[in-house]
Amino acid sequence: MYNFDITRPTTVDEAVAALSADEAQPLSGGQTLIPTLKQRLAMPSVLVSLTAIDEMKGITEGPGTLKVGGGTTHGDVAQATKGSFAGLHTLASKIGDPAVRARGTIGGSVANNDPAACYPSACMACAATIHTNTRDIAADDFFQGMFTTALDEGEIVTAVTLKVPEKSSYQKFEQPASRFPLVGVFVAKHADGVRVGVTGASNNGVFRWAEAEEALSSNFSPDAIEGLSVSAEDLMGDLHGSPEYRAHLIKVMTKRGVADAS
Amino acid sequence: MTIAFGNPDRPNSYIGKTVPRPNAERLVQGRGRYVDDIVLPRMVHVAFARSPVAHARITGIDLEAAKAVKGVLRLFTGADLAEICTPWVGVLAHLKGLKSPPQHALAVDRAAWVGEPVVAVVATTRAAAEEAASLVMVDYDDLPVVTDTMTALDPETPLIHPDLGDNLAFRRLHEEGDVEAAKAGAHKVVSARFRTARHTGVTLEPRSILVDWNPAEEQMTAYHATQAPHMMQTVFAEHLAIPEGRVRVICDDVGGSYGIKVHVYPDEVATAAIAKVMGRPVKFIADRLESFTTDIHARDHEIEAKIAVDEDGKILAIDVDDWTGIGPYSVYPRTSAIEGNQVVNLCGGPYDFANYRAQTTVVFQNKTPTCQYRAVGHPIAVAITEGLVDLAAAAIGMDPVEIRRRNMYADDAYPVTSPAKMRFEGLSHHASMDKLMELMDYDALRADQVAARKQGKHRGIGIASFIELTNPSPFMYGIGGARISAQDGCTVRMDPDGSVVAMSGVTEQGQGTEAMLSQIVAEGVGVSPSRVRIITGDTQVTPYGGGTWASRGAGIGGEAALQAGRALRDSILEVAAAMLQADQSGLDIRDGQIVDADTGIERMPLEELGRIVYFRGDTLPKGLPRELVQTRHYITSEYPFAFTNGVQASYLEVDTDTGVVTLLKHWCVEDCGRIINPQLVDEQIRGGIVQGLGGALFEEIHYDQDGQLLNGSMADYLVPMAGEMPDMVVGHVETPTAESELGAKGAGEAGTAGAPAAVMNAINDALRPMGAQVTEMPFTPERILRALSKIQD
Ligand SMILES: Cc1cc2nc3c(=O)[nH]c(=O)nc-3n(C[C@H](O)[C@H](O)[C@H](O)COP(=O)(O)OP(=O)(O)OC[C@H]3O[C@@H](n4cnc5c(N)ncnc54)[C@H](O)[C@@H]3O)c2cc1C
Repeated sequence: MYNFDITRPTTVDEAVAALSADEAQPLSGGQTLIPTLKQRLAMPSVLVSLTAIDEMKGITEGPGTLKVGGGTTHGDVAQATKGSFAGLHTLASKIGDPAVRARGTIGGSVANNDPAACYPSACMACAATIHTNTRDIAADDFFQGMFTTALDEGEIVTAVTLKVPEKSSYQKFEQPASRFPLVGVFVAKHADGVRVGVTGASNNGVFRWAEAEEALSSNFSPDAIEGLSVSAEDLMGDLHGSPEYRAHLIKVMTKRGVADAS
Repeated sequence: MTIAFGNPDRPNSYIGKTVPRPNAERLVQGRGRYVDDIVLPRMVHVAFARSPVAHARITGIDLEAAKAVKGVLRLFTGADLAEICTPWVGVLAHLKGLKSPPQHALAVDRAAWVGEPVVAVVATTRAAAEEAASLVMVDYDDLPVVTDTMTALDPETPLIHPDLGDNLAFRRLHEEGDVEAAKAGAHKVVSARFRTARHTGVTLEPRSILVDWNPAEEQMTAYHATQAPHMMQTVFAEHLAIPEGRVRVICDDVGGSYGIKVHVYPDEVATAAIAKVMGRPVKFIADRLESFTTDIHARDHEIEAKIAVDEDGKILAIDVDDWTGIGPYSVYPRTSAIEGNQVVNLCGGPYDFANYRAQTTVVFQNKTPTCQYRAVGHPIAVAITEGLVDLAAAAIGMDPVEIRRRNMYADDAYPVTSPAKMRFEGLSHHASMDKLMELMDYDALRADQVAARKQGKHRGIGIASFIELTNPSPFMYGIGGARISAQDGCTVRMDPDGSVVAMSGVTEQGQGTEAMLSQIVAEGVGVSPSRVRIITGDTQVTPYGGGTWASRGAGIGGEAALQAGRALRDSILEVAAAMLQADQSGLDIRDGQIVDADTGIERMPLEELGRIVYFRGDTLPKGLPRELVQTRHYITSEYPFAFTNGVQASYLEVDTDTGVVTLLKHWCVEDCGRIINPQLVDEQIRGGIVQGLGGALFEEIHYDQDGQLLNGSMADYLVPMAGEMPDMVVGHVETPTAESELGAKGAGEAGTAGAPAAVMNAINDALRPMGAQVTEMPFTPERILRALSKIQD
């Protein structure tokens, strides 16, 4: 590490103001950012902690929706969705370990858009809206490739509203050491169709598997996608799995998600 | 008087019982003293600038930016240290033909693997030293990189050490009988290509050393996390030109070793050299990346092997062609040829067969040097042997247990010499297999496997018999010219309060040496283990010894402790007899009391004897020997090694959609001779199994073609974790060695030796109905799916 300044505003407005400083960066749970600083992969001179902003915390149910404050921890999401939102509950309760879930936030996760992050797949599958201090952005437009989002400099994710599906399942095939998804598939059956969000797999970050969505929308059963296959082109390859293996897993995990949700 | 080990109710019957570990509470309370806990006045820290490339000429070094960092005291290049530290060569005379170039503490002129230390930076804080190390500018002129083992000897492959003439470090061919004729006449010949992946030990405590040089005494004191303090004493003395008697190596608590900490590492010798130059304490603690790039690696083998059997499943011949890549240097002083040599020695180990051919080819590469890691060569030899036996069984339609029973040495066949020319004093393959069958309920498990298959679940059972080499004599290293002691010693003394202190040459790495020694000494003398304090790991205090490696602590260090304890008992009784005017042979020591041996009636507490000897010696007869201290040494002499044996089994399920293997249960029946502490043996077996399972399913160090190590972190190098580990059942058969009174052989490596083969055989048992087979470790989900042809490129 190296020296930096840290501020702890208590409102979004104050935070936005603080972020206008030179080389300022928001800090939420720090579960991604702190290790990055330790490795000196990022060296901001000012950290603006969002953890004291009450208006960014908490979960509110709307008609068919769930609005999660950007500063809400994975642990709180897991707690609030137990029994009511199976896919999101599984997703939140399997991120890291209890310490990670006690600090890490949904806002930090979607803003970071790690190609192996779990939340982006739920956002895609649940037609989420990402709320920021200036605007609302549809998930389909928000995630723009590995570690890239629609966020502007100094823009803060204040909340995420997800459409609550009739049925859902999150299937995570874990990298054995980090336990991040090697492939994570979020299957959501909505009244108006099925959405499938895939994370961990693509060089372009989270994506929706359109062919599967179409097949499952007319027949929500694992057999419906039996004949489909995923192309390995543009999928990630690393020590833990080749693009071909990931392509294979996407289908396996999707089928398991459908079976689990049915 | 001999000890009636068969009688659990004998007096002072501590040997054979689970007694509490004397150091457990201290360690759990955080009162351990590891090297990094030690802070000395005027202590400084050293960090290393390491080669970022696998092979390059060093054409320039610019230290200016590094020197400017606040807190930096001094920098050393390879040329600087070469002036005060001589290079070493990792060869042994009995490994004929083994060659290796001189290796320096810091690279001079040329770096030969990613991670090789090039410049040492000494600073007042670790942070400053690291900061400055990152600012050291070295000009590297790339040299051709050799990474592949199998093509290392091809004529078009560049030479890593042109002076040596080729990239061959060592080759050994062993032939017994007529393998070709046996194969020609066989009912079936089955062949397979095996691969074991490059691993490292991943000790919880990284390599650590703190060296002080006292110019007034001209004495070096090294606080060192090592398995072999006396060996390191010799090394520091020899290469830094210090009389051996003026080097003291102190080894307090050690956080795991597994063979990693029994070798000579350039950065550790550099630390010692720097301490001598600067005349102040210098500390080096490896970080995790340094551990991955500089701790020895092991197990990087590729093997072509064949087995020939007759119609009845009798093994006619085993034929093994083993290749391994060891990095650019053979590691000093144990050498990097031992692992391949062990493969030759150990293949076919459990079986009574006539025709055997095995060759190991050991080549240089530009990767981290490899050397001895827990169960040296065993997991490889057992995977080859047991993999072949299972393939043969499948080829002739025989049950894998049955084919083993037909080939294992009969339990009454000993002593016997194997086709690899290993001499076995007494093993129990059949009794162990019987016990395993009973523990795992083999038939019921087969029925469960069939039932599961009907539900579409693919379960497999894998069996692996093995032998383990323990209690080595000088045949392992000494005859090759290395100053590595196969003998060990123990000094036991009684103090005035009747308590006992034992000093041993074997060391504690966290495995429970102190507990083992305390109960042996307690029984030997006749006091409770709580009255015994153990001192290990100090070359200026303990008797000279080899330390901890090759599963020798209990068998060799334990026997020395027993003999020393018994000798002290005799000394005490001689004094007691004089004091009590009794016949010495009619007295005994039980639970700290002198008693009548026949009746058990207490005559005198040891405290009283201690009081008289130490404070009122005037009342004892003149000339009565009164040394309440005894030392004994022990070395094996009849057999070069005490072999143990055992058999493991794995039950697992393969998910044929994802390729994931779920370990359902694991069994091990082993025979380490006399069991001194059942809990410690079980812990060794379980821990060893976990390391073996790591090799089977997870662990693999990856390099790219340029010799860059790709997974130098715990996020990418997969170690087995508790969540994936199956329940384990451990059973024992006891065939004590007759070489010692204690009868103990080693148990430290048995678990690691057999586990990978058991898992491989179980996976292949599960996959066999689908016509698939895996022999390349680790068996990652992707490799399994590829074997099932579920994914293609
Ligand atoms: C051991 C471990 C295991 C993990 N396993 C998983 C896993 O399985 N799946 C998974 O999805 N994640 C996993 N994570 C990551 C975890 O979910 C992180 O918490 C999350 O990715 C980042 O959230 P954070 O609140 O910690 O953000 P921080 O680390 O504080 O910030 C991350 C980035 O987002 C920016 N940022 C933070 N908050 C906002 C905001 N509100 N608006 C705009 N920008 C913001 C920061 O500037 C920074 O660039 C794991 C982490 C660890 C340490």
